[in-house]
Amino acid sequence: MSETTTHIPEEKSRIGAPSIPGFTEEGENLSPINDSNGSPLGGASSKAHSHGGGVGVPDSSRAGRLTSYNVEDFAKLTGREEDWRFTPLKRLKGLHTDELTGVAPKVELTGSDAVVLTEVAADDVLNGIAHTPDDRVSANAWKYASSSQVVTVPKGAEGVQATLRITGESLDAAAQHIIVVAEENTEATIILDHVGSAVLAQNIEFDVRADARLTVISLQAWENDAVHASSQQALVAAGASFKHIAVTFGGDLVRVNPSARFTGERAEIELYGLYFADAGQHQEHRLFVDHAVANCKSNVLYKGALQGKDAHTVWVGDVLIQKAAVGTDSYEANRNLVLTDGARADSVPNLEIETGLIDGAGHASTTGRFDDEHLFYLMARGIDEKTARRLVVRGFLNEIVQQIGDEALQERLTETIESELAATDN
Amino acid sequence: MSTLEIKDLHVSIDTEQGSKEILKGVTLTINTNETHAIMGPNGSGKSTLASTIAGHPRYNVTSGSITLDGEDVLEMSVDERAKAGLFLAMQYPVEVPGVTMTNFLRTAKTAIDGEAPKLRTWTKDVKEAMGKLKIDADFAQRNVNEGFSGGEKKRVEILQLELFKPKFAVLDETDSGLDVDALKIVSEGVNRAQEENQMGTLLITHYTRILRYIKPDFVHVFVDGKIAEQGGPELADRLEEEGYDRYLNVNA
Repeated sequence: MSETTTHIPEEKSRIGAPSIPGFTEEGENLSPINDSNGSPLGGASSKAHSHGGGVGVPDSSRAGRLTSYNVEDFAKLTGREEDWRFTPLKRLKGLHTDELTGVAPKVELTGSDAVVLTEVAADDVLNGIAHTPDDRVSANAWKYASSSQVVTVPKGAEGVQATLRITGESLDAAAQHIIVVAEENTEATIILDHVGSAVLAQNIEFDVRADARLTVISLQAWENDAVHASSQQALVAAGASFKHIAVTFGGDLVRVNPSARFTGERAEIELYGLYFADAGQHQEHRLFVDHAVANCKSNVLYKGALQGKDAHTVWVGDVLIQKAAVGTDSYEANRNLVLTDGARADSVPNLEIETGLIDGAGHASTTGRFDDEHLFYLMARGIDEKTARRLVVRGFLNEIVQQIGDEALQERLTETIESELAATDN
Repeated sequence: MSTLEIKDLHVSIDTEQGSKEILKGVTLTINTNETHAIMGPNGSGKSTLASTIAGHPRYNVTSGSITLDGEDVLEMSVDERAKAGLFLAMQYPVEVPGVTMTNFLRTAKTAIDGEAPKLRTWTKDVKEAMGKLKIDADFAQRNVNEGFSGGEKKRVEILQLELFKPKFAVLDETDSGLDVDALKIVSEGVNRAQEENQMGTLLITHYTRILRYIKPDFVHVFVDGKIAEQGGPELADRLEEEGYDRYLNVNA
């Protein structure tokens, strides 16, 4: 395995990134409508700066990305855009082009009584509390979601465990909007359990208020035919901590974009992910951590296993440390384990640093193979091939499984990993 | 008593220029409780013999046989060979990501014995064996060979040798890259395994210095894929003084 770790500001690494004429690899191009006044991401960081190159070269900073509630503001996708270049648009089943009028997956809340599920209208003031669409599919979902499901962890509630089961029952393209509010001084774990079949464009917003500790596990355990594009955005207030774990096994095409922004100091963001792609599956995770304020800490670790022909995973990790974010401590890493020939893992960590006054910032990406030499070594110690393979994959993914506090879910994931591995034996 | 018998073994590897013969007719019989040293210049085929016994897929046996108490070893898969009692201490042990030493050792022991070791005694055995080989206790929680130094990897190979208790061990240049202290520690481990389990040992080495610590009963000199000369421990002393030039000149 090779590893790149960088602690030098301005350094960017490009791993597995094919070069496309006219596009930079660092991030979305700056759009003219994304001016500094119209966007919550506006301000100094959205103006042209040193990464952009010269006149006529678009700003490549992640902060310059277009955000809008109007789908019409986003150009029609061609597949050549920086943030869509890995996604097979044909398999999006119209999520980026069509009217999303299908029936949204049904939601059921179980777990602690303290948590409340309510439904509010699409024009309710709560909508957009922590979320602004930053791509065409997300904006399309915004337009067509007829109402929003709101999960509230009320002020002071602790030890809260709840599962929102999201069950797809139709392959008509649909939109869904979910809002999770962790009020002040709460401690909660919310599992978003996606099952069934769906063609779904989804926006999920997390409002993590002062001193709240919110853990979210977004589990994509879809049936094989599901298509899921999910934009999940969090605002993390002073003294709060937000831990997000994306777990993707199922579906034909799954694209999850978690992003988290600090709005107050002394806060912490952890983004973890675990994915297991089989033959033909496309699993994409694009995340963004926005250090907009001082003295916050973030840590990102995604691990994925791939097996089978045309299994494709994409990981793009954008971390932005803005000028105001002095005292930031940040690290991001992606590790992939390729189990068979014919699979492809793309991994692109992007680290943008606009101040030198930080405690630390680093990124790493490794993509390794489980190869014949590993197999020979383990087998030479009496371990049969099947067991050897399981041993390695289980060990590799366990680092993320351990991050999940919920025992029942841990067990379910372990079982899923076992059955994924059993699929290779055929 | 068990016997590992190698008869007229021919082995080739695939290269870009086609098939290349490395072993050109090796015959060797090892009984349990015997130590055979195989010495020879680089490229003479010593490591090929070791890997072929263990069943590395890179090596093609074109003719000849390897049997263990009459059983055809060449018919066995790599893991079956280990279960039958063969152990290869590798020259370059690979790093296995994601698998802790503890997990690995227990899984391998279970596979080799056909049943899980009793947890309490096993933990104690591992701890003691690590202590004797001066392996830091922290290594148990680290991934197999990951980030270990060359010397540490070799010690971990001998740790497995002591724990798995094979009938026959092939040590493929276990001495290379070891300093004097580590060489002593590793040699003591091999000697312990031999005493406790009446293990048969095939010690492959380029240098004579390990033979100061592990006393061979027989010495075989490998040149160009064949045994050029064999004898008792005195042959090693002679090689120490004269080197391999004598054999190479004969071939020239």
